[in-house]
Amino acid sequence: MSGFDFLTTRLETAIGWGRKFSLFHYPFITACCGMEYMSTACAHFDIDRFGAGLTRFSPRQADLLLVVGTITHKLAPVLKTVYDQMLEPKWVIAFGACTVSGGIYQNYAVLQGIDQVIPVDILIPGCPPRPEMVLDGLLKLQDKIQNQKQDWRWARKP
Amino acid sequence: MGPETLIEEIRTRLGPSVEAVSDSFGDPVILLRARDVRAAMAVLRETPFDYALLLDLTCVDFSASEGRFELVYHLYAMSRGVRLRIKASVPASDPAVETLVGLWKNAEWLEREVFDMFGVRFEGHPYLKRILMYEGFEGYPLRKSYPWRLGQPRIPLKDDV
Repeated sequence: MSGFDFLTTRLETAIGWGRKFSLFHYPFITACCGMEYMSTACAHFDIDRFGAGLTRFSPRQADLLLVVGTITHKLAPVLKTVYDQMLEPKWVIAFGACTVSGGIYQNYAVLQGIDQVIPVDILIPGCPPRPEMVLDGLLKLQDKIQNQKQDWRWARKP
Repeated sequence: MGPETLIEEIRTRLGPSVEAVSDSFGDPVILLRARDVRAAMAVLRETPFDYALLLDLTCVDFSASEGRFELVYHLYAMSRGVRLRIKASVPASDPAVETLVGLWKNAEWLEREVFDMFGVRFEGHPYLKRILMYEGFEGYPLRKSYPWRLGQPRIPLKDDV
């Protein structure tokens, strides 16, 4: 391993560490799972302990898209637009059974899982998931961010 | 006005428009001839009945078994604190009924919803467009003839490719 490679590897670790503890999330909340999101975000379970406490209400300022609640076919283009408006690097958590698979709804109106429309990093099932599950999902996302190849602006592109 | 006198009064005033009368958990149910719905409602809205509030308007699909849709109206008389249910059958081949928008303003959106979900035409409605489903949606999703689970996505889905 050359010295440069070593430096790059350490830099990637440092960037991953920085990114995983400063997730600005954008809550895309449409349904009852929002209650669980609220208790996760507020003082009892306190998502801020894991560095994801800063909620941004503009997708342009967010790293993490939390899709919370049923997404209908009517709403799907809106979700796609919100995702496209987020800047790289960005991650998506599907929060609750409806976003994972459509949940209890399989009819004319409901999208059968948001992965039909946008890429998803972490799927949290449950109807609704308990806050502990959400925090577990968040920790798994942090692992993923730490271990993934960091796409940083000054990296040499192949 | 007790329940018996109410029914009598309604029969007297509406005459042959009333096809049947029944009772559901203490509330009177009146089956009206579909083409008389508007005129009958105009009578029911005024004194002595005074049904000032249109609580709800919905539809039931009996098209497979009996070839008809049944419109269900719920009225409420605030002065007397009583409800009244009105039903009217329309043929499934051409479901249409006169609008109630001139009598109750909230009928506008309720009728649009029934139009959106069941395809019942409300004649004389000022703006009979879909209210819940999006533009480009085909068919009427709450009809029994609508294909089970058929979604109509607005953007391409991953599984379609």
